[in-house]
Amino acid sequence: MILDYETLKLVWWLLVGVLLIGFVITDGFDMGAGALLPFLGRSDEERRVIINTLGPHWDGNQVWFITAGGAIFAAWPAVYAAAFSGFYVAMLLVLFALFFRPVGFDYRSKVEDPRWRSAWDWGLFVGGAVPALLFGVAFGNLILGVPFEYDTFLRPTYTGSFFGLLRPFALLAGVVSLSMLIMHGATWLQLRAGQPIEARARKTVMVAGSAVIVSFGVAGIWLALGIPGYEIVSMPATDALPNPLAKEVVQAEGAWMANYGRYPWMILAPMLGFVGALGAILMAGAKRPGLAFTSSAASMSGIIFTAGFSMFPFIMPSITVPDVSLTMWDAPSSHLTLTVMFWAAVIFVPIILAYTVWCYRALWGRTTVEFIREHNYDAY
Amino acid sequence: MIGADVVDLSRLQFAITAMYHFLFVPLTLGLSFILVIMESVYVMTGKTIYKDMTKFWGKLFGINFALGVTTGITMEFQFGTNWAYYSHYVGDIFGAPLAIEGLMAFFLESTFIGLFFFGWERLSRRQHLMVTFLTAFASNMSALWILVANGWMQNPVGSEFSFETMRMEMTSFAEVLLNPVAQVKFVHTVSAGYVTGALFVLGISAYYMLKGRDLEFARRSFAVAAAFGLASSLSVVILGDESGYELGDVQKVKLAAIESEWETQEAPAGFTLFGIPDQENETTDYSVKIPWALGLIATRSVDEEVTGLKDLKVQHESRIRNGMEAYGLLQKLRSGQTDEATKARFNAIKDDLGYGLLLKKYTPEVVDATEKQILMAVDDTIPQVAPLFWSFRLMVALGFWFILLFGLSFLYCAKRDAGRKQWLLKAALYSIPLPWISCELGWFVAEYGRQPWSIGEVLPTHLSTSTLGTGDLWFSLAGFIGFYTLLLVIEMYLMFKYARLGPSALHTGRYHFEVGAAAAPMGGGAGLIPQPMQTHVE
Repeated sequence: MILDYETLKLVWWLLVGVLLIGFVITDGFDMGAGALLPFLGRSDEERRVIINTLGPHWDGNQVWFITAGGAIFAAWPAVYAAAFSGFYVAMLLVLFALFFRPVGFDYRSKVEDPRWRSAWDWGLFVGGAVPALLFGVAFGNLILGVPFEYDTFLRPTYTGSFFGLLRPFALLAGVVSLSMLIMHGATWLQLRAGQPIEARARKTVMVAGSAVIVSFGVAGIWLALGIPGYEIVSMPATDALPNPLAKEVVQAEGAWMANYGRYPWMILAPMLGFVGALGAILMAGAKRPGLAFTSSAASMSGIIFTAGFSMFPFIMPSITVPDVSLTMWDAPSSHLTLTVMFWAAVIFVPIILAYTVWCYRALWGRTTVEFIREHNYDAY
Repeated sequence: MIGADVVDLSRLQFAITAMYHFLFVPLTLGLSFILVIMESVYVMTGKTIYKDMTKFWGKLFGINFALGVTTGITMEFQFGTNWAYYSHYVGDIFGAPLAIEGLMAFFLESTFIGLFFFGWERLSRRQHLMVTFLTAFASNMSALWILVANGWMQNPVGSEFSFETMRMEMTSFAEVLLNPVAQVKFVHTVSAGYVTGALFVLGISAYYMLKGRDLEFARRSFAVAAAFGLASSLSVVILGDESGYELGDVQKVKLAAIESEWETQEAPAGFTLFGIPDQENETTDYSVKIPWALGLIATRSVDEEVTGLKDLKVQHESRIRNGMEAYGLLQKLRSGQTDEATKARFNAIKDDLGYGLLLKKYTPEVVDATEKQILMAVDDTIPQVAPLFWSFRLMVALGFWFILLFGLSFLYCAKRDAGRKQWLLKAALYSIPLPWISCELGWFVAEYGRQPWSIGEVLPTHLSTSTLGTGDLWFSLAGFIGFYTLLLVIEMYLMFKYARLGPSALHTGRYHFEVGAAAAPMGGGAGLIPQPMQTHVE
C-alpha cells in the first residue's frame, strides 16, 4: 500500500468531490435542459430538437450520478447508510422522478399521439427539475445538521421527518442547485440546438446565471451570520480506525466560516462560483456558448467545493447528537478498500474521460429542426 | 428493535424491485451479443439486410434497455435507503464491486449505447461495429461485478469482522473477486441471458414466418438465434451443474434444501427427481430418486457424503451457542473492556458471531436466550424447503426444454426446412416467456435459499434493514408498485407494437407493410401507425 490511511481518507474526500462535479457538469446539463424542455420547446419539433441534443449522452452522463453513489457506498459506507435511509422519502422522490428519464427519452417519439408526447415531455421536466431541486435541499440539510443518532453497534437512526427537511435554508440551497443546473442546461442548448431554441437558451442563461449569483450570495451571507456550524473539540488520530462515536463535537456560530480563516486559499471556491456564473452570463450574451458552458461548469465546481470546504472535515453532522456526526476521518472504509478503490479510480477515470470525449466529438454539431424532419423515425 | 413488519415489507420490496429489474437484464445481456453477430455479418458481407436486422432488433433492444436502466437505479439506491445496517456492516466489501462496476462497465455501456443508436451516419462501419461490441461487452462486465457482489453475499470470503469498526472489513480483494461462487454464478447468469435473447429473436422471427411476411429477414434472424441459442442453452445447463458443485462445497444448506435432503445419505447420494417435501415432519414423501446423481453433481465423487438438513441443524445449534458467547464478548469489547484475553477469545469464535445474531429476533440481549429460543433460531437456519425444491425442478426442466427447442430449430435451419415446420415455429413463438420464468426461478432459488441470511452465516436478514416506520415502507411500496405496473404496461405496448410491425418499423421502404406504398412520401407509410401525422401541421 503506497498511500497511508490518512492520505487516502483525504484523497477520497477529494475524489467524491470530483465525482459530484463530474455529475453536475455532465448529467447536470441534461437535467437542466430537461427542466427547460416544456418552456424552450414550443412545438413538437422544437422539443425533439432539445431531446435529440441530449439523446446520445444522457445515459452516459447519468452514470456519473450512479458512480458517485457507488463510490460513496464503497468509500464512506457509514454516510451511504445514514444519509440514504435518513432522507428516505426525499431519496425515493428523487428516484421516482429519475424513472421518467430513460423511458421518456426512448419512448416519447415512438408513438405519434400528441398527448403521449406531451405527457413524456412533462415527465422529462420532472426527471430534470425534481432531482436538481432535491439535491440542493439535501446539501442544505447536511450544512444545517441532520437529526440522527447511533447505538453502540453503530445502527443509524434518523429521528426527523421528510417535512423536517424543508427548512428555509435548505430550500434556498435547493434554489441554488436548481438555478445552477438550469443555467448549465441552457448553455448546452445554446451550444448545440438550432434556432429558435438557441436564442431562447441564450436569454435563459442570463436569467438563471443571475439567479445563481443572487441565491448563492444570499446563502453565503446567511451561512456567515445566522447558521451555526460544527466544530470538533477532540477526536482520535486522523489515521485511526474509523469510529464515529469517539469524538467530541459542538455547534458554534460561524464555525462554517472558520476554514476560510485557517486556509485563506479556500476562498477561491466561492469566488469561482460567482465569477463562473458571471462569465456564463457574459459569454452567453457575447454568443460564445462554448465559453459559457465552460464558465458554468467552473461556477458549479466552485459551488460544490464551497460546500465541501465550509464543512470540512464534516460530511454529515448530527444536530441531535453532535458527537456522532460523520466526518471524512471517521466514516471511511478500511485502508485496503480505499486503496483498491483508489487504483480503480486512477485507472478507469482517465479511460472514461477519453472515450466520453471521443463519443461527444463523434456526434458533435447542432441539432436542428431540419435534422428532426430527416430523421423522423430514428431520432428520439 | 426493528419490527417484524418492517423487515417483511423491506424484503417484499426488495424482492419485487429486484425480480422486476431482472425482467430486463437478461434480454440486454443476450440481445446485445446477437446484435454484435448480426452487425459482424453486415460488416463482413456488406449485405444491407444484416444492417436492417441490427437496426430493427436494436430498436426492440432499446425499448427493453430503457427499463433496465430505470429499474437499475432503484437497486443502487435501495441498499442505502432500505438496508442501511447491511450497508454499514458490509459496505467495506460489498460497495467496492458496485463502484467498480460503475467505473469499469456501466460508463462504457451507457456511453456507447448512445453511439449505437445515433452513430450510424457518423461512424465508419467498423467503428460502429466496435461500438456495438463494446456495449455488449460492457453489459456483460456489469453482470460480472454485480455477481461478484452477490457471490460474496452467498459466500463471504476475503473478509473478517472488526469489533473496533463494528463491521466486516476486506482482507483480500483477490479472494472477493475470484470467489468461486461468484465465478460460477456469472457464467450461469450471462448464459441464461443469452438464452433469453436468443429465444426472443427466435420466437418473434417465427411469428413473421408463420404470417408469411418478411421471410428473408425472418429466416436469417431465426438462424442466428437458433445457433446462438443452442450454444447458450447447452452452456446454461452445464454451468448450472457447476453451480451445483459449488453449492455442495460452500452452501450446504441451500443444496440440501433444494434437494429436500433431510437425512445425510450414504455416498454416493441419489438425486430426488420428484417428491413432496414436508417441513414439519422433516421428510420427503413419495420421493423418486436417481441413484448416485446428486453425489456426482455436488461432490464430483462417489465416496463423499452430501450432508442432510437434520445433521446441518445439529451443527448450527453448536454454532449458535458459540455465537452467544461471541456476542457477549463483543458487548464487553464495545464497552471498552479490550484486554488481550477477551480479544483472543473473541477472535477465536467470531466466525460464529452471525449465528449468535440470529437470536436477536427473539431476545435483544442474545446472551440470555432460553433453550426454547435457541431451538427456534436453529429452525430458522433452514429455509422453507418446498418452494426451493419445486422452483429448482421447474427451472431445470425449462433448461432442458430450451436445449430441445434450439436443437430442433438449429437442425431444421441446417436442412433449410425450418420455415415449413409450423409446429416448431409455434413452439418457438409460445416459448418466448419461458426464459424469463426460469431466470426468475433461478434468482428465487439463489436468494430465498440463502435465508435467513443476507450475508451467508454473517448477518441475518432481520438485522439488515434500515430503522424505518411501516408508513415509510407503505409509501415506497405503493410508489414502486404503481410506477412499475404502469411502466410495464407501456413497455409491453411498445414492444408488441414494434414486434408486430417488424422491419417495416425502419421505414426503409423494403419491408412488408411498405411494399406497394413505397412511392408514397415519408410518413405516409401505408397506415403503419394509426394516427395521422399531426405533428407537422403547426
